[in-house]
Amino acid sequence: MATSTRTVRVFPFSQLLTHLVLIVGAFCMLYPLLWMIGSSFKPDSEIFTELSPIPRSLDLTNYIRGWVLGSGTSFATFYINSFVVCAGAIIGNLLSCSLAAYAFARIRFKLRGLWFAVMLGTLMLPFHVTVVPQYIIFNALGWTNTFLPLVVPKFFAVDAFFIFLMVQFIRGIPIELEQAAMVDGCNRFQIFTKIILPLLGPALVTTTIFTFIWTYNDFFSQLLYLSTEKHYTVSLGLRLFLDASGQSAWGPMFAMTTLSLVPVILVFAFFQRRLVEGIATTGLKG
Amino acid sequence: MTIGHSSESPAATGLSPSRSGARPARTRKPLSDNAYGYLFLAPWLVGLLVFLAGPTLVSLYLSFTDFNLLQPPKWVGAQNYITLFSRDPRYLQALRVTFTYVFTAAPLNLLFALLLALLLNTRIRGISLYRAVYYVPSLLGGSVAIAILWQQIFGLDGVVSQILGFFGVHGSSWVSSPKQALWTLVILHVWQFGSAMIIFLAGLKQIPAELYEAATIDGAGKVHRFWFITLPMLTPVIFFNLVLQIINSFQAFTPAFIISGGKGGPLDSTLFYTLYVYIQGFTNFRMGYASAMGWILLIIIGVFTALAFLSSKYWVHYDDAR
Repeated sequence: MATSTRTVRVFPFSQLLTHLVLIVGAFCMLYPLLWMIGSSFKPDSEIFTELSPIPRSLDLTNYIRGWVLGSGTSFATFYINSFVVCAGAIIGNLLSCSLAAYAFARIRFKLRGLWFAVMLGTLMLPFHVTVVPQYIIFNALGWTNTFLPLVVPKFFAVDAFFIFLMVQFIRGIPIELEQAAMVDGCNRFQIFTKIILPLLGPALVTTTIFTFIWTYNDFFSQLLYLSTEKHYTVSLGLRLFLDASGQSAWGPMFAMTTLSLVPVILVFAFFQRRLVEGIATTGLKG
Repeated sequence: MTIGHSSESPAATGLSPSRSGARPARTRKPLSDNAYGYLFLAPWLVGLLVFLAGPTLVSLYLSFTDFNLLQPPKWVGAQNYITLFSRDPRYLQALRVTFTYVFTAAPLNLLFALLLALLLNTRIRGISLYRAVYYVPSLLGGSVAIAILWQQIFGLDGVVSQILGFFGVHGSSWVSSPKQALWTLVILHVWQFGSAMIIFLAGLKQIPAELYEAATIDGAGKVHRFWFITLPMLTPVIFFNLVLQIINSFQAFTPAFIISGGKGGPLDSTLFYTLYVYIQGFTNFRMGYASAMGWILLIIIGVFTALAFLSSKYWVHYDDAR
């Protein structure tokens, strides 16, 4: 689609200049990450004395030292906890948001316009307005220090972004498919499970990816609800390095922060196109 | 209104007949669209009630009370709001810090996003690689790991003071200087311009090439084409990005919490609004007070979003087709 005729006659020199600007920019953007990765392989004494991100040797000591904390809890626990919370949140979002999206996109019911506006309005609602009453609810239920406060709300479609994403997608599915199914006697639930869900694939993948990244990177709600080390997620586990800073654990700390970025980087590597499309069509925050 | 519908156990009645291949429509009176609509919507409506709208109203009530989670809320009228604005210098500081952050970080983020999108919207080799490199930070930026990294980079012996020292500027630790700590957070936000850049790139691709061709034939130069075609055609996307940025950056929490060790220091210079809500609500357990702050934040975000929308008709260009 991008038939940029205006760039055809551009001088090679300006191309070269653009590349130069882009490369310098890219280096500045990546330098902090490279420095962290390099530091994760350096002994503590070298980390803050050398600017070069390239370590002298590939020493894995920091990774081994950082993996198990002083208290005996290891990052294995944190990763399992993070992935359990992510899995719960993903399943919840997929189920609840697709149901709501189908209703908004296809079914004519009373007050649909009003509810749709309310749904879009919740996009703007800051988490800090609802957090105190939510905490009271979960505290009364005895759910603090469990994963439930982080997962259960997702089964009730609280992330309106994904409803919106799926509504847009369902509107693009030819309605004739559903009309034909209806003539054949399918009811709405059969249409939903047999026609809409299979065709909704790409939107479901986008929802999965973003739910994973947001939940994995989340800190605030995990900080609120998880209070013992065996329930800690990766985000909370990393913070322990700051609390206990015996000033000498820089290497292990950088090893673990580097490692903690790997899942998101992998998701990015495998689903780059979906991520980019997801952002471009709905403005999801990366 | 929906509880009644959801008790009809939709899954059981809806799905089992299809398995046998029978036609349920003939044997059973089909539900109306209205009933189906609310059935599908039931989980969302429950979520809205229990987790979003309900808590929003409850927190409005709590904001007029004294509440510490242990004793029942005690009605104090507008006292919390009065205290916030007249007797709590830390709150006013939190407002100052947050506004400074939002109105520097958000525009700078958009500026870089637009510049890079313009550079990448040419027929240049390796575009997907560049795009990936510039986009990755926005995926990682919100994490605890990056906040820790930032704290170290801008710390006493961090890379930044080393590089500045190389150029003869002998500064101290940025994160422990009240004047500079906030700017490390601004830089962190600007570093994450990738997602806005992607939205701009998508917007640039939507601009019809004919417009540029016609303008070139009429003798318009690069600057003119940018000023009279690209920028006006892009205003809806700029507007969209602006609203998103405002909503998001008012709510920033993780970097300030990590970099300041959860305290908003040094000298409250990184006391983000949300961080102060957390301190009052969940460290001091003044939950009524925290609710009042939450509601003021809601109003602030609402006002700025509304301003963006109201002003949009003066500067956002929409096609006639819209």
